[in-house]
Amino acid sequence: MDKIVLIVKALPENECFARSVIAAYATRLNPSMEEVSDIKTAVSEAVTNAIVHAYNNDAEKDIRLTASIEGNTLWVSVEDTGVGIPNIVEAMKDFYTTKPSEERSGLGFTIMGTFMSTLQVQSVVGEGTTVVMSKVIG
Amino acid sequence: MIHYEVSKGVLNIKIGGELDHSVATTIKERLDKVIRGGGYEMVVFDFSDLQFMDSTGVGLLLGRYKTAKSMAKPVAIFRPSAPVDKVLKVSGIYSIMPKI
Ligand SMILES: Nc1ncnc2c1ncn2[C@@H]1O[C@H](COP(=O)(O)OP(=O)(O)O)[C@@H](O)[C@H]1O
Ligand SMILES: [Mg+2]
Repeated sequence: MDKIVLIVKALPENECFARSVIAAYATRLNPSMEEVSDIKTAVSEAVTNAIVHAYNNDAEKDIRLTASIEGNTLWVSVEDTGVGIPNIVEAMKDFYTTKPSEERSGLGFTIMGTFMSTLQVQSVVGEGTTVVMSKVIG
Repeated sequence: MIHYEVSKGVLNIKIGGELDHSVATTIKERLDKVIRGGGYEMVVFDFSDLQFMDSTGVGLLLGRYKTAKSMAKPVAIFRPSAPVDKVLKVSGIYSIMPKI
């Protein structure tokens, strides 16, 4: 199975870089323009969450992305070793945010879930969070 | 890319390129300053050249909506591109800021 791995520092500048890399990789599956922007948006949400929530903007920390292609499905995982999520079900609710003061909308998981075919979140408090998403192309 | 001007009572705020967390943090205060400055009847966000936006953009818009509301001025969104329109639709924001 084909696979790429990308490790970026938790810098806001890398949000654009990371989503562009995954979107470029996905073009192997001949996605429509809409599918490409869905992937970009979902990856941007997961990477931003790692920067803002997991690492509280500590640019020294690493975010690890992997992407693979299986048949006509793109798989993406975004992994951090940050604070973790105490209650994943609550965190995934529409408009739920722990940082309203930073004008977070609480729609990151909503968008990942709507724009991708599947979304799974694994998290251990104090150890980190892994978001795994897939998108069936075509 | 961000550009604003008042014309015929409308404060036009044009944001081009890609609106994410890295951009939002740098333009937030500037936008509030312009909105608080007054001299207009309505705020319009021109998204015709905005190619990308994620949920951080929704948070930025809601924040600026509150600033405009404190001035008793309505806000609308002009010509969002297809990917931006999709995010705005999912967010439900059009119920408070109509698309024009
Ligand atoms: N990688 C992460 N590490 C720690 N907490 C997270 C992470 N991703 C999401 N969260 C938690 O889940 C909540 C909801 O995330 P999201 O739907 O993206 O909304 P927002 O980013 O606007 O707060 C966040 O406010 C945060 O508490
Ligand atoms: Mg988020």
